[in-house]
Amino acid sequence: MAKQLMKGNEAIGEAAVQAGCRYFFGYPITPQNEVPEYMSRRLPEVGGVFLQAESEVAAINMVYGAAGAGARVMTSSSSPGISLKQEGISYIAGSELPCVIINIIRGGPGLGGIQPAQSDYFQATKGGGHGDYNLFVFAPASVQEMVDLIMESFDIADYYRNPVMIMGDGTLGQMMEPVEFKPVKKRDLPPKDWATTGCVGREHNIINSLALVAENLERHNWKLQEKYKQMKENEQRWELYKTEDAELVMVAYGTTARIVKSVVNKLREQGIKAGLLRPITIFPYPEKAFALLPDSVKAFLTVEMSAGQMVQDVRLAVNGKCPVHFCGRTGGIIPTPAEITKVAMEIMGGER
Amino acid sequence: MAEMIFAGFGGQGVMSMGMMVAYAGMIEEKNVSWIPSYGPEMRGGTANCAVVVTADEIGSPIITEPDVVVAMNLPSMTKFEPMLKPGGMLIYNSSLIEREGGRDDITVIAVPANDLASELGNTRVANMIVMGTLLAKTKVVGIDSIKKALRQVLPVHRHDLLGVNEDAMKRGAEYVK
Amino acid sequence: MQVVFQRPSALSDKHTHYCPGCTHGIIHRLVAEAIDELDVREKTIGVASVGCSVLAYEYFNCDMQQAAHGRAPAVATGIKRVHPDKVVFTYQGDGDLASIGMAEIVHAAARGEKITTIFVNNTIYGMTGGQMAPTSLVGQKTTTSPFGRKAEHCGYPIKIAELLSTLQGAVSVARVSVHDVPNIIKAKKAIKKAFEVQLSGAGFSIVEVLSTCPTNWGKPPLEALKWLKENMIPYYPLGEYRTPEEVK
Repeated sequence: MAKQLMKGNEAIGEAAVQAGCRYFFGYPITPQNEVPEYMSRRLPEVGGVFLQAESEVAAINMVYGAAGAGARVMTSSSSPGISLKQEGISYIAGSELPCVIINIIRGGPGLGGIQPAQSDYFQATKGGGHGDYNLFVFAPASVQEMVDLIMESFDIADYYRNPVMIMGDGTLGQMMEPVEFKPVKKRDLPPKDWATTGCVGREHNIINSLALVAENLERHNWKLQEKYKQMKENEQRWELYKTEDAELVMVAYGTTARIVKSVVNKLREQGIKAGLLRPITIFPYPEKAFALLPDSVKAFLTVEMSAGQMVQDVRLAVNGKCPVHFCGRTGGIIPTPAEITKVAMEIMGGER
Repeated sequence: MAEMIFAGFGGQGVMSMGMMVAYAGMIEEKNVSWIPSYGPEMRGGTANCAVVVTADEIGSPIITEPDVVVAMNLPSMTKFEPMLKPGGMLIYNSSLIEREGGRDDITVIAVPANDLASELGNTRVANMIVMGTLLAKTKVVGIDSIKKALRQVLPVHRHDLLGVNEDAMKRGAEYVK
Repeated sequence: MQVVFQRPSALSDKHTHYCPGCTHGIIHRLVAEAIDELDVREKTIGVASVGCSVLAYEYFNCDMQQAAHGRAPAVATGIKRVHPDKVVFTYQGDGDLASIGMAEIVHAAARGEKITTIFVNNTIYGMTGGQMAPTSLVGQKTTTSPFGRKAEHCGYPIKIAELLSTLQGAVSVARVSVHDVPNIIKAKKAIKKAFEVQLSGAGFSIVEVLSTCPTNWGKPPLEALKWLKENMIPYYPLGEYRTPEEVK
């Protein structure tokens, strides 16, 4: 199929449809409204159902019901809405149901603003709701990559029986870029013999996250942890850019990583050996990528549209070998190449 | 590499102007991005979008130092002229804007877009007049690519308007010859 | 040997955790009998809520999902939209449905969601130990209204059947009671009818069932039944509030 110029939010919808998603439950919130709008037009064409829920809370619980009933289902929202969905997400993770959740992040806390941000990193990667659980989280940096990852996400969700979150920001949702919908590699997926489809000729199936006997609940938790361990072993993804001889490695994901890439080139023009490590999965965090970096690395610089939420993960991965610095803007401000360059220069001891 | 901002009142067609440039860039197999301003300022009447067309990988789609600013009304010019790169280009709609003073380190092009569009009998193609001027002055994309893009962007039942749009581009280009 | 009485196939053989004298057991049985009589057990998907009936997924012998507090109608919506040919029901108490889950039940009803809700109203939070519910009667003593519910402090109890019957999508709304045998028989009819309404595709159906909570009311079972009859029914009148015939 030829390339088309598509808005990120609409491309999200089309990618989901092409991945076999037939159910969407959502609630309006800026800056992701084009997702439900697109789905409301598109899903009826393929025999699916779009339903605008009465609240974010109802929407995620409709997702729970549909996922439990065996369907490929998605919801999308932006930061305050994702906060409202946390209870349902915890139930979905606890009940081991597959689904895809889109977060087109805006500045917070509270009602915050509507401009792009990455300040939901902790919420996305450290659990978010109550209990010991993790989402599988992708952080795409372009509309094309977002499309590719969403198409894969439904398989990953089914494979691990775990919710997958796509963490974008207002920029990715609102921008138009050329996209192509290419078939993705399919995983071998077991049948959903656990789903509530009517108990014809079998024992009744139960979708549930309640376990009143502590020993049983602990056992269930260790089972979940085993899943996350497998994700860490098998699913870490990243991009390394000009790190072969780098002395300064900048770590950034999503929209910010694009800006940092420009900064890397700018710094190299000025004789500073800079590189970029771009996490594509932020859970599991790509710790393996840090092990691939050369000995020439003297310092790390984490660049984010938050007050520095990813710095912790970078420090854990670097494990004290080098200093880890931070440069970021928050509240909906996108860091400019000039300000990142300035911080990088300071770290590397000024102009050469 | 061209980083452009298109700005004006809602309804002046600045968003679709930017979209067509991005579309044309895609047809020419360049890397392109288009991003609108969104949120409350959309409701206030001024709209703008940022477009990048380049052979390189695109960093930020959001532009802080544009090469080109297209301003269709005064608030847009006031807002975006100061952001232009030294040596950049300002194209403004002189039918609606009386320019006094301003920067002298940039190229400034005045096009009476509404007047020229009225002469063609359709004030709604003022944006395509400016498009003609932009293409003549910057060569950011080819006019044939824009014509192809126009066929993609306009719904089929509006294809009767292709002619007047193409005429408008021609007029906008001739004006600055 | 002639079998004159047996467990409905839609009930599992698990012992329930309900307190002695609690009427949940009766209501479970009525739902299961209706499912059996309509021969839909293998195409029924139930949704258990949070409260005393949280473990209902173990007691009903059909596919079940357990829902977050108050969200059963949303979960049921998700299921029904995926499986429009299946019978989907929620089983919810008054705290779950009329307090934390008010938005979900109102909107499911307003959408005319083709599901059936069994709403068990016993005017109290049972599972958590007898706190005041949105349906607690004025003057009723609970652990969070130790001096009796005062209307000027926390308003009047909510009449769910009346409230939902104002919505066009709620095509079948009834209130029944299980405090004596004639009423149990009526309750059974209402529950079966609610499922039939769903099968007909007409819209949302709900049966509010007045029920007792001897433990948290602090009354022996017989006295509790009497209290229901004398105190609840005058405030919560029994009857059909909406029927599919009226809606047409």
